[in-house]
Amino acid sequence: MTNAHCTFDLAAGSVRDLNQALHGLDLDKNPRLWRVLNPNGGHAIAVGLDAPVTVEIDGHVGYYCAGMNKSATVLINGNAGVGVAENMISGVVHVRGDASQAAGATAHGGLLVIDGNASARCGISMKGIDIVVKGSIGHMSAFMGQAGTLTVFGDAGEALGDSLYEARLFVRGSVASLGADCVEKEMRDEHKALLHARLEAAGAAGEVDVSEFRRYGSARNLYHFHVDNVDAY
Amino acid sequence: MCGIVGLFIKNPKMESQLGPLLASMLEVMTGRGPDSAGFAIYGEGREGTVKISLRGQVSTDFSAIAADLEPAAGQDIPLTVRSSHAILEVPAAREAAVRAALAERHPGIMVVGSGQRMEIYKEVGLPADVARRFDLAGMKGTHGIGHTRMATESAVTTAGAHPFSTGPDQCLVHNGSLSNHNVLRRALSREGIGFTTDNDSEVAAGYLTWRMGKGASLKEALVSSLDALDGFFTFVVGTESGFAVLRDPIACKPAVMAETDDYVAFGSEYRALADLPGIAQAKVWEPKPATVYSWERAA
Repeated sequence: MTNAHCTFDLAAGSVRDLNQALHGLDLDKNPRLWRVLNPNGGHAIAVGLDAPVTVEIDGHVGYYCAGMNKSATVLINGNAGVGVAENMISGVVHVRGDASQAAGATAHGGLLVIDGNASARCGISMKGIDIVVKGSIGHMSAFMGQAGTLTVFGDAGEALGDSLYEARLFVRGSVASLGADCVEKEMRDEHKALLHARLEAAGAAGEVDVSEFRRYGSARNLYHFHVDNVDAY
Repeated sequence: MCGIVGLFIKNPKMESQLGPLLASMLEVMTGRGPDSAGFAIYGEGREGTVKISLRGQVSTDFSAIAADLEPAAGQDIPLTVRSSHAILEVPAAREAAVRAALAERHPGIMVVGSGQRMEIYKEVGLPADVARRFDLAGMKGTHGIGHTRMATESAVTTAGAHPFSTGPDQCLVHNGSLSNHNVLRRALSREGIGFTTDNDSEVAAGYLTWRMGKGASLKEALVSSLDALDGFFTFVVGTESGFAVLRDPIACKPAVMAETDDYVAFGSEYRALADLPGIAQAKVWEPKPATVYSWERAA
């Protein structure tokens, strides 16, 4: 270990040891830059971080990487398995490859950037996270999304935004189909400004033209009680 | 749960590594399926000869059984015994006679599969132990498929272990559960497809056998299974020359694939692929839902 950064080799130490070391950091004494080698698809790498440190993981990770993240920046130089950055509170998680299902699920805040594609249920039940996917996303993405933004440079799969609450969805490519109560909405200047700010935060401003995106959101028919349904109760 | 692994060798120089690589992949999937494990290996085969994979007990005297079946085979039967399993090699024209004699004279011995090149082994226990007792690491071949089972809806028995084979050189492993397997089993039984268990996965295998028997390619059979099968599934399927993967339309069960110039590999999780040679340079992707991925060996 040096003062500048610490390298942790998962071929030699366990994920539990890595996570405990990251949870017990003394920021006055310990380095704030960590490199993790040989993740080999292991699960739950760098979960539950609660400090402004940077963790760079060199390879593919398994399930729930950087889950529950708070304040930390986690870079994944590879693909991520199911549930990357699930339930993130704040901080940044950047996947340089593809992400599997349920990326950013239920996350309250922070920024998730995926350079490749994300598969099904990206941003399911998102509660405030900003997600930027530079590729395409799979089916049932943003299902029951409550708050936050989901920005997709490529295409979206079937049933985008099903049962959506107030999450805002921006898709540049095609949408295979919209889920129940999800509708296309007008892309006004305020939305272009919002999208531009999110792209800037993701370091992607200028990569794409915000006017090429279409906006999708909730029609708000599903989550308000409708008096015609009173007999059902 | 359940774990699936599969390896399809493209570079003939790697065929000797099929067994050790598949054994290692299978063991990594122990966490997804510690109850039982099984695998199918497509190895050497001779035109006109069929290998019949038998399952008995460790104590079974397979030599005596083989000798007893020789009149039905019309010749000596080359025999390979591996723990509770044995491979009989019989003339293809006499396969039916040998199986009839086996069923009549040795009803406790199960046929788990047959084909020109396919051998199947499955047993209750930890995947590493199952691979070791059958010496998977010592096997070679062109492709192989393995399964680690975490039983959720039926007992932990060897009969419930995968792979399932319902046709010559055909086998299937399944992660998931099917909900219309009973009605489909009845329909397929009327079409002459034989089933040996009440297992839902065996019905999926039987469906593909039925479709391929009607002239469909493996890929076509899998495409039509999307309409015929109701439930959750990730399948990996092997035939004499083919290897295919299919996930249900909502992609309920996990899947990761990797391809290099040397091989195509499948794992329920990337961990199972992490030790493969050249994996760092491989194309790694998640198969899309309701999309058939298939490979055929050049004839």
